Amino acid sequence: MAETLLHIEGVSKRFGGVTASENVSLVVPAGELHAIIGPNGAGKTTLIGQLTGEITPDAGHIRFADADITALPTYQRSTLGLARSFQITSLFLDMSVLDNVALAVQAHDGHSFRFWRPARKQESLRAPARAALARSGLASRADVPVADLSHGEHRQLEIAMALATRPRMLLLDEPMAGMGPEESARLVALLRELKKEYTILLIEHDMEAVFALADRISVLVYGRVIATGKPDEIRVNPEVRRAYLGEKDVVARHV
Amino acid sequence: MTPHLTARNAFIAALVLALFLVPVYAVWIGNNFVLSLFTRIVILAIAATSLNLIMGYGGMVSFGHAAYLGTGGYAVGILAFEGVTSGFVQWPLALVVSGAIAFVIGILSLRTRGVYFIMITLAFAQMIYYVAVSLNRYGADDGLTIYRRSQFGGLINLSNKTVFYYLCLVILMGSIYLVWRIVNSRFGMVIQGSRSNDRRMRAIGFPTFRYRLACFVIAGMICGLAGVLLANHTDFISPAMMHWTRSGDLIVMVVLGGMGSLFGPTIGAVALLVLEEALPYVISVAGRVVTGHDVATAKEYWQLILGPMLLLVVLFARGGIDGLLASLRRG
Ligand SMILES: Nc1ncnc2c1ncn2[C@@H]1O[C@H](COP(=O)(O)OP(=O)(O)O)[C@@H](O)[C@H]1O
Ligand SMILES: [Mg+2]
Repeated sequence: MAETLLHIEGVSKRFGGVTASENVSLVVPAGELHAIIGPNGAGKTTLIGQLTGEITPDAGHIRFADADITALPTYQRSTLGLARSFQITSLFLDMSVLDNVALAVQAHDGHSFRFWRPARKQESLRAPARAALARSGLASRADVPVADLSHGEHRQLEIAMALATRPRMLLLDEPMAGMGPEESARLVALLRELKKEYTILLIEHDMEAVFALADRISVLVYGRVIATGKPDEIRVNPEVRRAYLGEKDVVARHV
Repeated sequence: MTPHLTARNAFIAALVLALFLVPVYAVWIGNNFVLSLFTRIVILAIAATSLNLIMGYGGMVSFGHAAYLGTGGYAVGILAFEGVTSGFVQWPLALVVSGAIAFVIGILSLRTRGVYFIMITLAFAQMIYYVAVSLNRYGADDGLTIYRRSQFGGLINLSNKTVFYYLCLVILMGSIYLVWRIVNSRFGMVIQGSRSNDRRMRAIGFPTFRYRLACFVIAGMICGLAGVLLANHTDFISPAMMHWTRSGDLIVMVVLGGMGSLFGPTIGAVALLVLEEALPYVISVAGRVVTGHDVATAKEYWQLILGPMLLLVVLFARGGIDGLLASLRRG
């Protein structure tokens, strides 16, 4: 079995009376595509927030590539190779698509206390940015202002920016949210490619995509991981069916 | 970045040319008031340009920017009073002190956003204002006359009003050039990214705080230099240099001229200060025409006209005057 890349140990987070994470433990080996599913409000986004450092857990530890990152600020986790995409699109709306991605490249190309040379003319930023755009299918939209992109293109750009930081692990928070069927299919194809290169933590409601892509799946309900296992195991897990998949029988449809 | 011939560029070129010709015009009409007015305009345009760097490009709306005008001015005034008149000492020291004050204010205020940031920068500026008021040795409330302008050992004579005007203008052009380089550099990309979406900036790996702080310090130093010039221009320092209404004026200049536009603050400074001079005159003339006799008090109401004008610009021209010019189609 491959080395462990991400190790979440007993992480808990409470917002007032709401328990968003309850003693969550999870091990993701390098190279795995690990999906997290669970109903709305289960605490999936909160978990990602704790992995990236935007939210501080009340208890527990997070280890990434053998380092305890629980107390590291967000930008340092990015430097270590953790990259996220946002469920609710979070981009630089007033800049061009290429500028957005070039900024992500720049963040990982030394410090930015460089005051003189025009950044937009630096191929060392533009070329990798264009490559990340090509990868996520946005090459032809490079010079468009981000505000003019469609929703689906925003989702693609979210991924391009994560890729441009040259990460070891991608944390994708519902990358397909709000996409049409065609766009979704293209994204599934892309994720299938990315899976070969990156360790991925994928949060997704599209069960078809999840069961097609995931090596393993964890099911989160009310902040608790009620099951972790291979897709086939999750599909037949009685507790999962009862708590989450049961009535709608979403899983059965994809057997 | 090849400049195109647009209405906007033509306007800016004309404005810069006009600024360079002000001393000629002053000699021609034999009136020194115009030169003095425009020296003040150019100096405040430098201050507004520095505010635009943090406010227009960095999204940091400082309501205490006049504090650096005061700091730079007091550095010159105090040193002159203590017998140190060399500009080679005064000017660098003024910049260092302005930068240091910006550093402290920045560290304590840049963790906040929006209204809180506005209020904290205002509070710090008020503190510095009251420090100046309490300096009894240096004139307290009444201020301090500067008997010798900064000396540069015969290199340049600041007491020559034309020379001094051109020095200010060159420094203004230099500041605009500096801001242009900065905002297009990697550093500038970080500053603008942070204005646009600080959360995303941190997520992609930027420690944004230190960049914003550095930007805040650079702006403080440029504004400190404007303060140095202002003290030399008026041969006088007083707490009024950094009254909070002055900070407000600087914001108005930036918004009126165009936030995040290189020449916007200069356009705004010219527009605001020329209107301030011209409106009372226009009103008194109009008053005489309408009523048939002098209405001396009417000109006191010039702000009643300026206010709505500002409101119109803010409501209908988001990019200020420069934005309006840019929206005129090419040609
Ligand atoms: N910043 C916050 N303050 C208070 N409650 C929050 C906050 N963030 C999330 N929550 C609550 O925590 C729970 C989990 O939310 P979230 O992680 O967004 O769920 P999911 O992504 O699985 O839909 C929800 O009940 C949500 O209302
Ligand atoms: Mg969520």
